[in-house]
Amino acid sequence: MSSKQTIIFKNQPKIISSYSIAGPKESYSVFAPYFDLVLKDDLWDCDSYEMAERKMLEHVIFNAIERAKMNPKDIDALICGDLLNQIISSSFAARKFDVTYIGLFGACSTMAESLAVGACLVDAGYFDKVACATASHFSSVERQFRMPLELGSQRPPTAQWTVTGGGCSILSNVGKGPKITTATFGKVVDYNITDANNMGAAMAPSAMNTMIQHFINTNTTPDDYDLIVTGDLGKLGAEILIDLMEYNGYKLGQNYMDCGHCIYTNEQNTFMGGSGCGCSALMLNSYIIQKIREKQYNKVLFIATGALLSTTSSFQGESIPGIAHAIVIEN
Amino acid sequence: MNKDERNARYNAYVESKIPKTHNFPSLIYAFVIGGIICILGQTIKDTLLAIFDTMTPQEASNWASIGLIFLASLLTGLGVFDDIGAIAGAGTIVPITGFSNSIASPALEFKREGIIFGMCSKMFIVAGPVIVNGVVASIVVGLIYLIIGAF
Repeated sequence: MSSKQTIIFKNQPKIISSYSIAGPKESYSVFAPYFDLVLKDDLWDCDSYEMAERKMLEHVIFNAIERAKMNPKDIDALICGDLLNQIISSSFAARKFDVTYIGLFGACSTMAESLAVGACLVDAGYFDKVACATASHFSSVERQFRMPLELGSQRPPTAQWTVTGGGCSILSNVGKGPKITTATFGKVVDYNITDANNMGAAMAPSAMNTMIQHFINTNTTPDDYDLIVTGDLGKLGAEILIDLMEYNGYKLGQNYMDCGHCIYTNEQNTFMGGSGCGCSALMLNSYIIQKIREKQYNKVLFIATGALLSTTSSFQGESIPGIAHAIVIEN
Repeated sequence: MNKDERNARYNAYVESKIPKTHNFPSLIYAFVIGGIICILGQTIKDTLLAIFDTMTPQEASNWASIGLIFLASLLTGLGVFDDIGAIAGAGTIVPITGFSNSIASPALEFKREGIIFGMCSKMFIVAGPVIVNGVVASIVVGLIYLIIGAF
């Protein structure tokens, strides 16, 4: 049954510019040649990891704007989000730019959410140029959600590693670049997973929900896309998603990949792979967008997933609600 | 299918998919590294007893504990301890080294929020429950000892 979650854009806003940044651990990724800037030190001359995360965000926004041959004041709105409490990285980064700021919290789904919201605003003609950005930092996220960095504890086998990285895309109706043709906003889905160390399993049902709804609403099948890419389900989450989709009659084949699953190498011992808003932002704004520009992929379904938990909710024993937003990028 | 049934089925399915911890190798690592720490402690104690004639075994044991606590804190500060702990598991947590690391690591982590509200108040976020339970357990055992001793 079709639902009101999908928007088919009439003007098809274009991604006229994008920029990505990655941390030192991510520099070992097989996708590293596509990253615009790789940091040698994850503190990046800042006093704290929170400040480093903010600096990363400022850097990607500024450079994406510059790459589009514009000034920050040419941008009509900045749509931004991150993982830290009260999305401080985004709001504090927005201080640097004298532009309208729309802060989002979609956990790790922020990249897709900001692009979907941005595409709506640009498509409707309310704004001409919109910057959509997000970033995450392993060390700032780890201390907020989990344990001190230097604690000598063992990570469970389902754990994922928060990506230090970020990305920014500039949307506009004029200019050249891949188009955003469709967006499907997700519903919050909760299958009662309570283990905060098993995000993939918590988010997979929401990815399934949004994906199926997207296929129904747009009357497409997985085979219609050159690439279907999910955000940070990780190895386990991606396997679960494939099973869930098969159970519902959709076969995800060779054209499916998960950013979290493939961002790190096996030798890096991250167990299930990467997570965090930086994970999908980094991959989208580097490898994926470049391959679309090179026409290797002409139609990409990008679904970023988020686990909407807080430390308070997990300590109080609540289950983890998941969210997934999808956009279609076409040449 | 109602929601509870769906969630129960999903959780059971996820449980079957989760990769299991390799128990046997991790037991070996914990045993070997934990054992090395114990040998180190014993070495400190025996060395002290051999050097200082007047030292009692109790005093030497205290110094051995202090030495291990210092070493674990130092390695935590150097950023090495978490790498050892990731392999050793209980091997480094169970000896006094784990306790030392659990206090030193949040102290390092939260010093950016200031001495009082950062370091001092967050220092015991990991070790705090251990101390509370240790104190409570000692009271309970003490009471039992007292009651049994009265008869």
